Amino acid sequence: MKENYEKILQSARELRWDIGGDFHEKIMEALYTDASRIADRAVTYPDEKPRFDLDRTIDRLVTSRIWGFPLMILMLTLVFWLTISGANAPSRLLYSLLIDTVHPLLKTAAASIGLPWWLDGVLIDGAYLATAWVVSVMLPPMAIFFPLFTLLEDFGYLPRVAFNLDHIFRKAGAHGKQALSMTMGFGCNAAGVISTRIIDSPRERLIAIITNNFSLCNGRWPTQILIASIFIGSMMPAYLGGVISAITVVGIALLGVLLTFLVSWALSRTILKGEVSTFNLELPPYRPPRILQTLYTSMIDRTLIVLWRAVVFALPAGVAIWLSSNVLVGGVSIAEHLINFLNPFGLLLGLNGVILVAYIVAIPANEIVIPTILMLTVLMSGVTGAGDGAGVIFELESGLETLDILTAGGWTLLTGVNLMLFSLIHNPCSTTIYTIYKETGSLKWTAIATFLPVVMGIVVTFFTAQIWRLVAGW
Amino acid sequence: MDKENKKTARGDVGSLQAQAGCATCPIHHAANLKKLGVDMENWDYVVALAGNPNTGKSTVFNALTGLRQHTGNWPGKTVTRAEGGFEFGGSRYKLVDLPGTYSLLATSLDEEIARDFILFGQPDVTIVVVDASRLERNLNLVLQVLEITNRLVICLNLMDEAERHNMNVDPRRLARDLGVPVVPTVARYNEGLEDLLAAVNEVATGRTKAKPYQVNYNHPKLERAVSQLVDQIKDAFPQVPNARWVALRLLDGDERIIRAVEEGELGELTNTRDDLEGIGASHVSQKSGFAQ
Repeated sequence: MKENYEKILQSARELRWDIGGDFHEKIMEALYTDASRIADRAVTYPDEKPRFDLDRTIDRLVTSRIWGFPLMILMLTLVFWLTISGANAPSRLLYSLLIDTVHPLLKTAAASIGLPWWLDGVLIDGAYLATAWVVSVMLPPMAIFFPLFTLLEDFGYLPRVAFNLDHIFRKAGAHGKQALSMTMGFGCNAAGVISTRIIDSPRERLIAIITNNFSLCNGRWPTQILIASIFIGSMMPAYLGGVISAITVVGIALLGVLLTFLVSWALSRTILKGEVSTFNLELPPYRPPRILQTLYTSMIDRTLIVLWRAVVFALPAGVAIWLSSNVLVGGVSIAEHLINFLNPFGLLLGLNGVILVAYIVAIPANEIVIPTILMLTVLMSGVTGAGDGAGVIFELESGLETLDILTAGGWTLLTGVNLMLFSLIHNPCSTTIYTIYKETGSLKWTAIATFLPVVMGIVVTFFTAQIWRLVAGW
Repeated sequence: MDKENKKTARGDVGSLQAQAGCATCPIHHAANLKKLGVDMENWDYVVALAGNPNTGKSTVFNALTGLRQHTGNWPGKTVTRAEGGFEFGGSRYKLVDLPGTYSLLATSLDEEIARDFILFGQPDVTIVVVDASRLERNLNLVLQVLEITNRLVICLNLMDEAERHNMNVDPRRLARDLGVPVVPTVARYNEGLEDLLAAVNEVATGRTKAKPYQVNYNHPKLERAVSQLVDQIKDAFPQVPNARWVALRLLDGDERIIRAVEEGELGELTNTRDDLEGIGASHVSQKSGFAQ
């Protein structure tokens, strides 16, 4: 049997010489010719008069050299502005329900059945509060952002974005389709990494995977939005606050896009050298989105699934935070030891020990960075009367109150700016890291994708801090 | 769409059954299609959904299974296989949504997934979803699928868009030329899906036999080489259903197919439809290393 197989391959090799080198092209040509002939016979145009073509008119606008980019940025700003301003009220409502109302109820119930203080702490002040915070802060913006984004997607706008970005990616030595995986990354980096499967060449696919982390993901939007509104929005007159915050967030997102280009460019000239492959990007026809169906599927498929993931990670993180700030070693809590240890390094980067600890705690899910920071800051600076005291994750209702706490913790505008930068440029979350490993099957590339951004983040924040201090004298 | 187009067009393939009366009646629809979601136990037939990117494969998939795979208006959205089930005409079907591809030459991972499933998964029926408003480009893929399998149904989707672009696409003509059933649909609005299922059912049960169109390569040397190889392949793998295509791929130096010959994997392919369960499915997921 085996010889038979070998014989087939042998004669295939010989015959290949016989039929000549243009054989592949001939096959393709024949396919195209036949396809076109059959299509021609089946299609007729009953009405030959040219009609006004709406699709083409829209295309000419959104992919034009002059208007393409401004329109894209405008559209993004609009989406974020709607998200930021629309999410405020429902967020507050959920907060007052889950944290102001249910939390005390749970505490009372726990006390009445005589739960030991540590169990009550772990379960209610740790696990429950972490989860409640994540739900109240994440659910509203996601419930607005995802449907809006999905509507744009269904309408057919994303391929136009890819079309606009294509030549920049090409100049950076990357694949034009990376524009699509990058856009997916704005929702979730793990999803973005999976979507790089549309890129054929392994070299370009690796570039897309490694740089996907520079797309601000859903877990990081809340951090950006909160810090932008309390440090930058609050410096503006009230009526400008929301818009300026939105613009700041878009600015950070665009910085991420810029970094994507720069890093792609650097990678394709160093460890991932190679030719740029060409591809055909089809601009699909605009289709009127089916709004109700889109709302439904984006609620179920995206919002709830992402939220569920956040909750799954927030639960144990809440427990860990509570424990680390309540278990004492030598009279000082574990969290405090860690913070003191990391503080000098943090200050060098224009951050502080609390923020670094928060980023370690938040490796599983970026969503819990801010609550961890607030809780630890209160613990360290001994602000009293805010939240529920040490070891309890809480969120303050007004941005100004948060600002007070952070200022008491030694925060300046620089800390805020550098936190936003570090939130953009640091290691991917553990789900994304695992996805990268599954997709590349290589520890080496996973390690590069993980550590490259951390190192970059450290460098960027370090230089920002040094220059800032030189100029501003802080 | 004119009335004639709405009916299933089969050309001279198989007999046009007297179903026009029933198929338009809503009671008939409700009774016939049962969406089974992810419940795919004990299927009778496996159906693959192939097609160019962005032609509505996932929409068809959702409409038939009742699942809610996210659909997006951009090419390359489905990069993994999705599976679901439905029941129609008393048979249980497993439906596999393949990544959208322009060709089956397997130059990229998604093309390889799609091709491996059609070839090694040996679905009982392959539905190729075709964008009616971009027929010519879509037919490239159809012709390539036809070389691998003749158990094919064409879902001529997005008929509304073709109409919007002022085109009149004739499904009967197409069915006659391609030699396989062609069913016009607007999957977004569930139009024509009942007819599609009827056609799938006919092919699955073997009541419709295709007379597939064969691409004419106009290359005497090539034809000679192919027929020589076909003889050898049929000798070694008497059961293989698509020897001509295998020969072409070998001549083209397709590594994947060379490996399949080398390792005798091609021998797993068969003309008969018994005892096929799972072979292809497990093969594909192993091959490409995908977890669901």
